[in-house]
This record gives sequence, structure tokens and C-alpha cells, in this order.
Amino acid sequence: MFKQARWKEPVIFELGHLGRRGHILPPVEKEIQQVVGDPKNQIPEKIRRQTSPRLPELSEVEVMRHYIRLSQMNYCVDLGLYPLGSCTMKYNPKINEKIAKLPQVTSIHPYQDRKTVQGILEILYKLSHWLAEITGTYEVNLQPAAGAHGEFLGALIMRTHHKFNNEDKIRTELIVPDSAHGTNPASGTMAGFNVVVVPSDEDGCVDLRALKDAVSERTAGLMLTNPNTLGIFEKNIEDITEIVHDAGGLLYYDGANLNAILGKVRPGDMGFDIVHMNIHKTFGTPHGGGGPGAGPVGVSEELAKFLPVPTVAFDGEWYYLDYNKPYSIGNIRGFYGNVGVLVKAFTYILSLGAEGLEEIAEISVLNTNYLMKKLEEIGSYELPYAKGRPRKHECVFSAKKLNKEKRIRALHISKRILDNGLHSPTTYFPLIVEEALMIEPTESFEREELDRFVGVMKKIAEEANENPNEVLQAPKNTAVNRLDEAKASHPKTMVLSWKMHLKKTTSS
Amino acid sequence: MKQIGIQNIEELYADVPRKFRLKKKLNLPNFMSEHEVKRFIETLLSKNVTSQEMPTFLGAGCWPHYVPAVVEEIIQRTELLTSYTPYQPEISQGMLQVLFEYQSMICEITGMEVANSSMYDWASALGEAVRMAARLTKRTEALIPTIIHPERAKTLQTYSDPVGIHIHSVDYDSETGQLDIEDLKTKISKNTAAVYIENPTYLGFVEAQVKEIAEEAKDHESKFIVGVDPTSLGVLKPPSEYGADIVIGEGQPLGIPMNYGGPFLGIFACRDDMRMIRQMPGSIVGMTTTMDETKRGFCNALQTRQQHIRREKATSNICTNEALCAVAAAVYLASLGPKGLKELGETIISKTQYAMRLLSEIRGIKTPVFKSPHFKEFTVNFDDTGKTIKEIHEKLLQRRIHGGKKIVEEFPELGETALYCTTEVHSKDDIDFLSNALEKIIGEDES
Repeated sequence: MFKQARWKEPVIFELGHLGRRGHILPPVEKEIQQVVGDPKNQIPEKIRRQTSPRLPELSEVEVMRHYIRLSQMNYCVDLGLYPLGSCTMKYNPKINEKIAKLPQVTSIHPYQDRKTVQGILEILYKLSHWLAEITGTYEVNLQPAAGAHGEFLGALIMRTHHKFNNEDKIRTELIVPDSAHGTNPASGTMAGFNVVVVPSDEDGCVDLRALKDAVSERTAGLMLTNPNTLGIFEKNIEDITEIVHDAGGLLYYDGANLNAILGKVRPGDMGFDIVHMNIHKTFGTPHGGGGPGAGPVGVSEELAKFLPVPTVAFDGEWYYLDYNKPYSIGNIRGFYGNVGVLVKAFTYILSLGAEGLEEIAEISVLNTNYLMKKLEEIGSYELPYAKGRPRKHECVFSAKKLNKEKRIRALHISKRILDNGLHSPTTYFPLIVEEALMIEPTESFEREELDRFVGVMKKIAEEANENPNEVLQAPKNTAVNRLDEAKASHPKTMVLSWKMHLKKTTSS
Repeated sequence: MKQIGIQNIEELYADVPRKFRLKKKLNLPNFMSEHEVKRFIETLLSKNVTSQEMPTFLGAGCWPHYVPAVVEEIIQRTELLTSYTPYQPEISQGMLQVLFEYQSMICEITGMEVANSSMYDWASALGEAVRMAARLTKRTEALIPTIIHPERAKTLQTYSDPVGIHIHSVDYDSETGQLDIEDLKTKISKNTAAVYIENPTYLGFVEAQVKEIAEEAKDHESKFIVGVDPTSLGVLKPPSEYGADIVIGEGQPLGIPMNYGGPFLGIFACRDDMRMIRQMPGSIVGMTTTMDETKRGFCNALQTRQQHIRREKATSNICTNEALCAVAAAVYLASLGPKGLKELGETIISKTQYAMRLLSEIRGIKTPVFKSPHFKEFTVNFDDTGKTIKEIHEKLLQRRIHGGKKIVEEFPELGETALYCTTEVHSKDDIDFLSNALEKIIGEDES
């Protein structure tokens, strides 16, 4: 049976002892001390720090022990299936980490003379061309730090494109389907658009009639993921692109779900003008508990002039950074991107080649359809929309029936999955599915691991009938039992830092 | 395939319109074995020259610092490295507690009460901070110093434009570099959502008029935003003590390698004020208890601000952030402790002072350009050497030294000036080596 480590590990501020140190700095040389004197005197008193920050004081051993204990209370993809839908939690090859840790990657400065950084520039140059080939776009910019950052950039490119055509004042509406990732509408707002939502049809795809009604001379563009968040390929993609393009809008491809179509069909060929990729999903770089990732953006030839500065260029002899882009939207961050992450993606693509990438798509889709079939057979979970059609990277089940009959919700099921040593699917998304359980197995897991998940889902369905309390009171085998999340967000009980904790405990 | 009743994987792609199907193989290099991949990339990378192979005096927002081994060890723990954003808190306590501790340590060094668990970098944090101030004040202007990293200023522009926030620059005193308070007074108004300053500034000197600037902001009910290099906070006053409403900064020097400019760590903190907290971008980890209140635990707090719940009404679209970099910063700060952070600040000041003194003895060099206290970075003017920075820089490279960043295009009024950086990694020998090289290079053609 699964039991996650349960260390009674205090918060780091409760550990250690006055005067302990975990790391010693190199001492300032005597000669420098003689010349400079007391460094404190260099800072005028009115701007000098008077009281020490209350940081913890620990030895290196204590630091190490604390974080190792904490790490043991964290599930990860190396422990097993992590079927979060739209998150593409695949295996992260270890060679990628080795390469990214080389000093030729970590110890180079972004403003170094180009003569001293030809290696990294060549890697970035080639990677951007490979990603353009994979997505069927004209040019790829590697700068965005994450998918949502890429979406923001994409929306800004739309805006700038319409401005270029003197239409920015009119084209203020960005269309997103009701099944879209939450970042899509949020990115639209960030870029100053009004977000217009179009409903899905009975097949879970964009409702063409509703889309026709939604487009107008105010349409800036449409943001779409294909396959969509139900894992269904938008079969009317040609009509969709035509409707939006005819209205003068641009098509944006949310690449969160790119994994399923690698080498099979390319967003650029489908008619998308702007595409972002999630390097930390599709291209095998670890998610790091929330980042860093990278979200490169590819665009059509017409839009390439708007990409942010600088871009990596090659003049036949030297790789260099090109700042000379008069129509560019400007900068979206400091420096040139999450290079440490991009190097891992370069390694990943090189390790797989074209055949390997296509195989990834195939196995991930095969795994999804296998899981889907097996979960349907259990009989307790319903598969809404597009009956009988294959899914791509993910599938979405509904726990509606269990909720109605036994008051067992998707939330309870997800917590009970944790009790069995597996991570749960994404829950309550997409919003168009009641009590949603959104499952993406990826290509990384063998049949036995998928069967283990199916076995757990079957057991939970049985427990729901025979012993519903087991499910309702889950989880019990994780580092902590079910947490009170409402308490964490209520102004009265909210504790967002140790300082706030001390303030609240001393005042009460 | 048998289980799902298909003969061929292609059947699973039957709903993809034929005309769009890729009819060729992707034009990518052939796959390689792990050993070949390693050799291939190592060969490519050998064209890079690292800061370990030549002393580098570049900074400008990306600084060479030593990364303790314990930091590298912990961020390579696969439990943290290969986990997702902690959406299921009960099975992700490790990451959540580390992030809570990171937020708490950021609060301790900045003096603020609330910090989020990371932004992409300093530049994007600035963009988000100004947008947050505009939402809070319902105003449409922000004031920034003229002395600011141009990429940071341009990123702010990109973040501000779509929502109609206008950015204006406040002049500096040509003698000291300090913000021109008179100019601030002229430009600030009831439309000013935010006054932003940096400490230390982009050109390395300390802004000492913080009280006066804060008062101006307060008088006009504008939000006061302060950008910091966190390694200065063992020796410089925390911004909370001079009235900052929002503190942002670059967490890279806290245990994150230069990585050719990324991934970095955007710091974002504010005061314990519910109105402000509700407008914060990004994810925030909170401390809570189990439902039966018997055990402490951690989970994401105030998610109704975020895109996955609030969609187009979210405070920001940020989802994936720089969590693992926040882990590195937490381990770094825990390893240094309060004394270590102070020593780090003092060591940096000593090195910078020494470098400035040594270089200023070289004929034709003026350093620093501004009469103000400096931290980590300093301006070096070569006007009276009769040589351009370009020439000097080339000759330094020949001697296996990488000089500072040329800022002639950014600040033409400062002449042939470069921005140099020294930290705890620069030994006396490194600095002497630079000084000797510069002396020889400048003296060369005169003989």
C-alpha cells in the first residue's frame, strides 16, 4: 500500500540556532580591507540597514536535511503516472539535465562578445528553426518564459498587426471557445482585448454557427487549441480558419496540446498565423514544480517583423543577436529567454529526430484511447461529447453519475486517487464538462502503469458503492490529510508568510 | 491496439482533414544515441568561453555569483524537479512548503509582508507591478527613473501600452546620478498611478533620497514601487522602511546561474493590505491546516485572482512561473542566513570600492561617473584615454578578460562609458589583472 513520507518537518524559521551558518563566503583580501576600510562606511547612514533580516540560521547539514525531508513529501513524474490533462507530464530524460548543467551553458553572460558565445547562439538559432519546421511556421522567437507569456506575446502581435493596418481601434475583440484554457482569455485581457466566448457544439468542437455570429469587423482574432481540451480534433478547422480570416482576424494556436500531432499535422499548415509551444510540456523539459518553462512563439511570414527583439541571426560566418527590427513589438522580458530550459529542448529533439517525435504523438494518442476504453468499461464514469470518436492527447470524463447517486464528486475521486500513490487528473476543467476529470497519460508510461491507474479508478467506483466514506474522507495516505483550502484564502485566517503567521499568533 | 479495436495507429488520426496532413517527414536531424548527443552538443558548446575561463566584469541585471553546492543538489532532486504546479496540495507538500518559505524569506529581506511565489524576471515583474498600481489607483500614468535598464524600460512599455498606461521618465542629477526631485515634483500629478525607483540603480549607485521620493508618492496617493538587487539587502535599508508599497527585483543572484540570461526569478512583494493582496499577480502559497485542524499544511491561496479560475478577469495571465528558481533562492538564503547576507553585501561593496579606486588611478579613466555610493556595479568613463570602448574591449578580450557593458548608445550624454561589475567571485588578483591590462592597453599607442 502507498504511504507518502510524513515528516513532522517544522517551517525553516523554527529550525537552527543563533550563529549557525550553512555557507561561508570567501574572505575579503587583507590588502583590499586596508585600502577600503570598513565597507559599512561606504553607505550613508540614512540608507544603511539597521536591523538584520530574520532569516533562518542553519548549518549546511540542517539545510540539506530540511529540504530532503520536504522533497520526500512531493509526488513527481519519476514516481509514476501524472495524468494532469493539458499538462503533458512526460518523462524528462536525464541527459537533458546533464547538458544544461555544463558551465558552457550556466556560466556565460548574455552580454558577452559574440565571439565568445558562438556555441550557445548556434544552438538557439538551430532550435528556433527546428521549432518552425515542427509547427509549420515561418519564424520562431524563443523569448517567452512560459506558455502564457507566449500567449501574451501572440496577442500583442495581433494587436500590432491590426495597428499596422490602422485597424487597431476597431478590432478590439478576441474570440475564445468556452472550452479554452484559462490563460487564453486572461492573455487576451492582458493585451487589451475584449474577450468574446463562443460555445461548443454537441461534439465538443467550436460551434460554427456561433462563430459566424461572433465574428465581425471588430474581430482581432481567435485563440484555439487543436486538439481541443476535450482531446478532440477540431474537424472543421478549415471552416474555422476561413470564417476568421474572412472577417479579417488572425488565428492563434495554443500549443499546450501539441504533443498529439507532432509530425502528423502542423498548426501552420492548418492556417494558424501565430503558434506558441510549451517547451516544458511537449519537449520534455521538467516542470520544476511550477517552472521554469519556455513558451516560444512561431508566426507566419507576414507577422515575423513584429516579433520581439532581439532575434538570433546568422550572417554566414557569425551567429549574432539582431536588434534591428523597426516593426517589433519591443521587449517582453529581460535578455533572450529561458536559455537553460531551451538547451534541454535542443537535446530532446536531437535525441528523437523526426521519427522519434512522430512516435511520441502516436504513442501518446494510443495511450489516451486505451485509457479511455478501459475507463469507459468501468461504467461509472461518463465520456461526454463525440461518442465513438477517438481522442488525441487527452480525454475528459465526468463524475456526474457518482455525484448524483452517491454525492461523490470529482474532487473526492481525485483525492482518493492520491491515496493510491498516483497523481490525479485535472479536475473541473474544461468548464463545459460537469464534474470533469481530464486525463492526459502522455507517451511515457507503459501499459502496466496505465492499468494500475484503471485499477485505481475501478476500485474507487466500487468504494463509492460499498464504502463511500473511504472516498469522501480521502486522502489519508499522503503527507497530510485533506487540507482546508478555504481557510488559506480567508482574510481572517490567511497566512501568506512566516511574518504574517507571527503577527497573527501574537495578536490573538 | 487490439484492446481499442484498431489495426493501425493511423485510424486514430482519421478525423484530421487529409489536406492538412503532413505529407513528408519533418526536416530535422536524424536521431542520435545519448552518447552521440552529448558529444555533439559538447563540441558545439566548446565554442563558448565561460566566466570561469576568463574573468568577466559584466553585470547589468545578470550577475556572476557563486552558487553553493547545496543549492545545486536540492534543485536537482527529482521530487521537486519533475513535479507539476502543486494543484493537489496533499501530495505536493514539499514544493508548497519550500515556496511558502521562499515567500517568507523574501518578506524578511525586503521588509514586506506578502510575496508571491515568483514572476518570470525583474522586467516582467515591473510590468505587472505598474499594471497592479494602475488597477489600484484607477490612474493611467507611471513615473520611472531615466537611469534604468533599457530592456526593463521597454518591457514595461510592452506591458503598459495595451491598457493605456503612459510611462514618463524622471531626470537625474548630472553630478550625483540621484533622482531629480524637482523634476519628480513637476511630473507627478493626480494621474500618477506609480512612482518607480531602483536601489541600487541600474548604474550601480545607491539612491539615497528614498524618503523624499516616498513622500512625494504618498502626497499624491500614488503607489511607490521599488526594484531591488536582493544581495544588497543585507546592507541597504529594506524598502518597507522607506514606504514602499510594492517591492520587485531580480532573484538571479540568489543561487541561480547566469544561464545566458534565463531562467531567472522575478521577485514580487507587497504590504499586508487586503486591497493590494487581491490585486497581486501570480500564485501565492498560504499556510493552513488539515480539515480536522490537527496538522499544519500548505496550499495555493487566493486562487480567485488567477487565470484558471477568473479567466479574462484575472489579475494576470501568468501560470507557469519560475518555481524551481524560487527553491534555489530559498536554499541560498537559508544557507547564508542573516550574517551571510550582510557579509555578502559588505564583500561586494569592498570589491567594488577597490576596483573603482584602482581603475581611477589609471590615466584617462574616470570612475565612477557619479559621485554617489556604489554597490556591485560602477560606471567607467574612457573619454580622456583617447580610445574607444570598442578598441579597449577588443584588447581586453585578447588578454582573456571580458570588460563591462558598453552603455554609450543607452546614455550618450555619459560619453565613452561602460558599466563594470564586481561581486564576491572577483578576487583581488582578478581586479588587479583587469587594472594592469587596462593600464597597458591605454598606455600602448602613446609610446
